[in-house]
Amino acid sequence: MDWTIVSFLAADAVQNGTIYALLALSLVLVFAVTRVILVPLGEFLVFAPLTYVFFLPSEVSGLQLQGLIPGTAWLSAGMLGVWAALDRADPRRAGLLLVAALAVLGLAWWGVHGVPLWLGWVFAVLIVLPIGPASYRLFFEPAKNASVLTYLIIAVGLHFAYQGLGLVFFGPEQYRLPNILNGQTNIGLVPVNNQAFLVYGFALLAMLGLFLFFTRSLYGKALRACAVNRLGARLLGISPSQAGYVAFGIATLIACLSGMLAGPVLAAGVGYYQGFLLGLKGFVAGILGGLVSYPLAVIGALAVGGLESWASFQASAFKDAIVFALLLPILFWRSLRSHEIGEEE
Amino acid sequence: MKLSPLTLGAVALVLIVPLLLPASSFYLSLGNYIAFGALVALGLYLLTGMAGMTSFGQAAFMGLAAYTTALLTTERGWSPWLTLPLGVLVAMAGAVVLGGITARLKGHYLPLSTIAWGMALYIVLGSWTELTGGHTGLRDIPPVSVFGLELSNSRSFFYLSWFFALLGAWTASNLTNSRIGRAMRASKGDAIAAASFGVNPGTLKLQVFVLSALYAGVAGWLYAHYQQFINPSPFSLEASIKYLIAAVAGGVGSIPGVFLGAGLVTGLEEALKDILPVIFGRTGNYEIIAYGLILVLILMFAPKGLWPFIERYLPKTKPKNPQGEGLPTRMAAGQPGEVLLEVSGLTKRFGGLVAVSGMNFQLRRGEILGLIGPNGAGKSTCFNLITSVLVPSEGEVRFKGQTITGKPPYAVHKLGLARTFQHPHLFPEMTVLENAALGTYARTTAGIPAAMLGLARPEENASLVEAYRALERVGLAHLAHQKADGLTVGQLRLLEIARALASNPEVLLLDEPAAGLRAGEKRQFAALIRKLVNEGVTVLLVDHDMELVMGLVDRLVVMHYGEKLAEGTPREMQNNKKVIEAYLGEAVA
Repeated sequence: MDWTIVSFLAADAVQNGTIYALLALSLVLVFAVTRVILVPLGEFLVFAPLTYVFFLPSEVSGLQLQGLIPGTAWLSAGMLGVWAALDRADPRRAGLLLVAALAVLGLAWWGVHGVPLWLGWVFAVLIVLPIGPASYRLFFEPAKNASVLTYLIIAVGLHFAYQGLGLVFFGPEQYRLPNILNGQTNIGLVPVNNQAFLVYGFALLAMLGLFLFFTRSLYGKALRACAVNRLGARLLGISPSQAGYVAFGIATLIACLSGMLAGPVLAAGVGYYQGFLLGLKGFVAGILGGLVSYPLAVIGALAVGGLESWASFQASAFKDAIVFALLLPILFWRSLRSHEIGEEE
Repeated sequence: MKLSPLTLGAVALVLIVPLLLPASSFYLSLGNYIAFGALVALGLYLLTGMAGMTSFGQAAFMGLAAYTTALLTTERGWSPWLTLPLGVLVAMAGAVVLGGITARLKGHYLPLSTIAWGMALYIVLGSWTELTGGHTGLRDIPPVSVFGLELSNSRSFFYLSWFFALLGAWTASNLTNSRIGRAMRASKGDAIAAASFGVNPGTLKLQVFVLSALYAGVAGWLYAHYQQFINPSPFSLEASIKYLIAAVAGGVGSIPGVFLGAGLVTGLEEALKDILPVIFGRTGNYEIIAYGLILVLILMFAPKGLWPFIERYLPKTKPKNPQGEGLPTRMAAGQPGEVLLEVSGLTKRFGGLVAVSGMNFQLRRGEILGLIGPNGAGKSTCFNLITSVLVPSEGEVRFKGQTITGKPPYAVHKLGLARTFQHPHLFPEMTVLENAALGTYARTTAGIPAAMLGLARPEENASLVEAYRALERVGLAHLAHQKADGLTVGQLRLLEIARALASNPEVLLLDEPAAGLRAGEKRQFAALIRKLVNEGVTVLLVDHDMELVMGLVDRLVVMHYGEKLAEGTPREMQNNKKVIEAYLGEAVA
């Protein structure tokens, strides 16, 4: 291994690590506020760019879709519809949800009939975004006050369902997305895709945004209150359900945008099955901080990225196995720091 | 041992049905898969249903055992009967590593690490081509022979699989109805309460996890020798989740439930194989949509699975009161009046707040000592320091001359200290008798193997007799077979005491036992404590109910702002200026 290889691997590590960091941040956010371990987050990440493929002109995507509306739009609109039915006691909200459902379908219809690239890009995010909060309303909210374990099993079930639906909607193929920024910039010896800078920029922006949101805005503080004590927060007039929608919404938004920005630089292209592997690596990173610490999650993500690119050089067939095996020393380290008996929830 | 009609029926069905079908019938091969699934799900019954943990890695444990037996029988030519214990041991060793690392962490770390572990093992099995044959797998695994008879068709193997499945059900059922089963359910519900009665929750959880790997390992061994060919895919994360779905859908809280679930999921899998390609027009991994949705919907709408809906129509057996000899009692050797419990220089700081500061007092055999003080005086902290729930910042507690500070609560309990909780820490899902029987945990010794093989029945019966007697002593025997969630506050307090009595304690520590009791109940309660002391128990009572304490205790220790204010008989304390000031405020001169 010489310096050229090391610097190439390092560039790779930072790029992947940044994506894991974004996922880890979202996971920590959702877990802190709702105690849900959002296993299907990775699916949201791939849904957005895969939806975008439908809006690309056929000479870019290389597909003949003939104005087919992407399945994610049906899913999103359908879930919003069920949400409206569940909240029919509040006609104003139910009405808004129905309008949103129709809007999602409308955007999808408009998108497949030819829009500028940037507009299709925005449409894809807007279409996938409601799936996150709607998942909370449909599947987690009814099981209110369930244990972390029950939430986790529900989340795993949802991951299964969404992954299978991803296969139905998009098929087993992998897609290449067009770059927003073309070309490369040399940093020292290493050429870095300009597109990758967008990912870094977004990651920094997201971290800064989350930081400001949680420390400066009243709403962010309310979310933190919910994370610490749900009952106490409710007594002070903060609605934990609302906090759940917001947490799921922010996490889904971060995941969608990460997917849209990182899609073009992912080495293997974007396929329906990739979300889970990406999400799981985000987890390994998040667990380093016990799913509560944001800075540790980011450090963990970069470590995961580093280990992954080192492993891909040394033993590429085993690289994912090595990353998941990293969980064991991390957990061992955490276990040494835990002293309480019967530490639960 | 008495078998229920349900069990007999199941055994008869397993014996007769295969004879009516052709030896390589599709239904018999389905029957084999149901048995494998049921074995794995039995492990999940113990893990999730009983002990409140979950694993997404059971198929990976199956895989460890399956690959171990496959490699040793094909490459080395070992007999499958030799590789059965070896394969199972390898699976259990995997569980020891994973469980050992996560046992001390919160409940969701174990399932998360099993996800990662399942993925990692699958990748290794698929990529380590020299050893495992990669995704093409290993073939020509020899069949199992029993007394020279080769079990090479579905019918003959059916008997072997179901022998193990029923053996698994029998051992799991024995374990459920033992001290270990009770301790498992207790540590699921409330680890602190379980620990206060001699259960080490961390160790127990690890043991259950390893046990679940044992069941999965047996299933893996069966799978390898039934198929006579293995590749990584039946041991993937997806397969693990399928087993979890089976257990949850049938009802993870009962043994018939997990069998029902294994049958349903195996049947569904076959049905989906035919239906889905018709719907989607191509083959692919579409069944995971159905599995995912089933898992989510079951948890949302029938969290106990489908079995309770069937169980409703089955005849219920009437519970009998336990009869026979109780457990041998602890020798209460010692002079009345000798020092049993000695607190010296006990101090606890929470950050800058000194909750307890330099407490000194002694508890002597045969007395009732009251620890009182206004709200916030540090009584409960002091109590938690004595019972080792909290670790003191300074000072120590000695019991019969032995230092107990720093020992975990379960070790302290074994020395002869039993406690009650200020807010009853009972198990609403368990019957009153089972709740009380948890108290006998530290007096009984049967380990997991003995309990599984039903060797501990005499001891278990003695435990129940002992628990029933404790209920009689506090006057709850008529409610013995009710679930504890129907009791009133007063009855819950009595049950707490019965549970403590069932441990045959030398010292009974009562944390605000009269809180929430009505006046009449308080009088009954005081009479009960008097009676127990006459029977040889020593009592330390923390409370702030003056009327109760003054009429009951022999001596009082009064706490104020974390320090000992005074000590003496109730009469002395009633006339003590400092005590009056602390309770009524400073006298206006």
